[in-house]
Amino acid sequence: MPGAIYAEGLVKTFGDVRALDGVDLDVPEGTVLGLLGPNGAGKTTAVRCLTTLLKPDSGSAVVAGVDVLKHPDAVRRSIGLSGQFAAVDEYLTGRENLQMVGQLYQMKAKQAKVRATELLEQFDLADAADRPTKTYSGGMRRRLDLAAALVVSPPVMFMDEPTTGLDPRNRQLLWEVIKQLVSAGTTLLLTTQYLEEADHLAHDIAVVDHGHVIATGTSDQLKARTGGERVEVVVHEREHIQAASEVLRGFGKGDTTVEDHMRKLTVPVTGGAKLLAEVIRELDTRGIEIDDIGLRRPTLDDVFLSLTGHAAEAKDEGNDKKEDAK
Amino acid sequence: MSAVTDTARLADRGNPLSQSVRDSLVIAKRNLIRMSRIPEMVIFGLIQPIMFVVLFSYVFGGSMNIGGTTDSLVYREFLMAGIFAQTVTFATAGAGAGIADDMHKGLIDRFRSLPMARGAVLTGRTLADLVQTALTLFVLAMVALLVGWRTHTSIGEVLGAFGLLLLLGYAFTWVGALIGLSVRTPEAATSGGLIWLFPVTFISNAFVDSSRMTPWLQHVADWNPFSATVQACRKLFGNPGVSPSEAWPMQHPVWASLIYSVLIIVIFRTLAVRKYRSATA
Ligand SMILES: Nc1ncnc2c1ncn2[C@@H]1O[C@H](COP(=O)(O)OP(=O)(O)O)[C@@H](O)[C@H]1O
Ligand SMILES: [Mg+2]
Repeated sequence: MPGAIYAEGLVKTFGDVRALDGVDLDVPEGTVLGLLGPNGAGKTTAVRCLTTLLKPDSGSAVVAGVDVLKHPDAVRRSIGLSGQFAAVDEYLTGRENLQMVGQLYQMKAKQAKVRATELLEQFDLADAADRPTKTYSGGMRRRLDLAAALVVSPPVMFMDEPTTGLDPRNRQLLWEVIKQLVSAGTTLLLTTQYLEEADHLAHDIAVVDHGHVIATGTSDQLKARTGGERVEVVVHEREHIQAASEVLRGFGKGDTTVEDHMRKLTVPVTGGAKLLAEVIRELDTRGIEIDDIGLRRPTLDDVFLSLTGHAAEAKDEGNDKKEDAK
Repeated sequence: MSAVTDTARLADRGNPLSQSVRDSLVIAKRNLIRMSRIPEMVIFGLIQPIMFVVLFSYVFGGSMNIGGTTDSLVYREFLMAGIFAQTVTFATAGAGAGIADDMHKGLIDRFRSLPMARGAVLTGRTLADLVQTALTLFVLAMVALLVGWRTHTSIGEVLGAFGLLLLLGYAFTWVGALIGLSVRTPEAATSGGLIWLFPVTFISNAFVDSSRMTPWLQHVADWNPFSATVQACRKLFGNPGVSPSEAWPMQHPVWASLIYSVLIIVIFRTLAVRKYRSATA
């Protein structure tokens, strides 16, 4: 039996650009699929095809048991969408926005009102409920947008980069909301540029690049392919790069990459903090002065590097680079 | 977060027509709330036609020959139907810009992902614009009375004329809706929504006596849908300058105005709703 979200061979072209080049997806009911990929990979296009906003050139899709191409209206009754940019009316208050969406989901006016109050409470927006959303912060707007997607508690949800551009506190807040949602049984397709986010929220991850799904699996499976953790060292003197590289070779589980201009060396490892301590001791013994050293989890770049041999292209704000070294 | 609550259920869909009316009203209400929160827009929308009334009346007033006289009071009475009609057509640009803005902000995507009636987003918008147009017309009529405009017919005929004006304005907002859906930015929708209005409103009988134009221009002016409404208003207001042209729309301006407006609505509504269904921001 196909999952709550199922797609086969989705193709969508815009002029010369093949935004989707044969995408297959299968999301079992009650689970979360993380669609992971850099800017321009085709994530939004996939979401738009699955939510009836865009007609694919070929391929088929079934959402909540309904054929998306044949019965888009029926699909719309079973889905909630939180698009890449918070789609709220900036001149309406938070409450008015939610009431409007409720009524457009064919709720009675009174019902929509009750539901709006509930959601505002739940999303920590009660204090700002009667202010035009123009005055909201980015995080508040995002929360309201998500609330709007949840007005009817749809069985299937789509969220397109829900946390891109949010500060860590708001990101954390949204993650909590999403986790609660999923524990209540919602099937969710979530797109993200952050491996960490997919790791945190998704049961399964599909990595997309240039309109293709290039890998699928759980986060552990992907990490195993990517080589798990890595040690990153920045040496103080350029002359020490060679020596440091030899030290790392002894501990590494794969090739060491060197970024000369930054005096930075990276090597995949297993062994965690204990191993890190050993590396530091060894470097110290050899008199190699270091500016920085850390153990870090693989980033989207690492996943891409190991899957495609090239780094994820066309990142925007570059937030995803700031995976903190512990 | 709580689980599914009682209120979080879909109501029955009811019949498609009542759903369509209901959804359109929800959207119209949304747009009216917006307008009330951006009063500057409504006020600028009023200032422009008032300026036209004052400028045309006092600057051109004494130099225009209407029906063989250059009396500025005659020109003022002649002018108002033209200004009224021009004012209602300018609602086009507002509708277009609003819809382009909704697309730009992703609101159209949200609406299109909801189980709502297909044409409701556009119908709601055009209805809200109709309310604004009615308000503008009312204020403008008051100003016109102040500068000396008068009607010389029954109240029924005068109201009929305003009805035709509103219908024309409503028809033009559908053209604006199509423009708004076809361009990428609200700015483009504003200018795109205005540019074509200049030839339409100036190659007409609105501001000058069209029988004094070169023959081919007069021909265009006589068959211009916009001229039909202006002519109908002059007739229904009992104002001077009713064109003696033999052209059918000039001979039967009320019918012509009705037919043109309904045709514009049918054609442009169909095109706009089709465009909406495949709209991508
Ligand atoms: N409406 C559109 N018109 C033209 N090209 C588009 C359109 N939407 C997306 N694209 C192109 O399709 C590709 C995939 O875009 P998108 O699905 O938005 O990627 P992502 O969401 O992963 O960043 C990109 O190259 C983008 O430029
Ligand atoms: Mg995107």
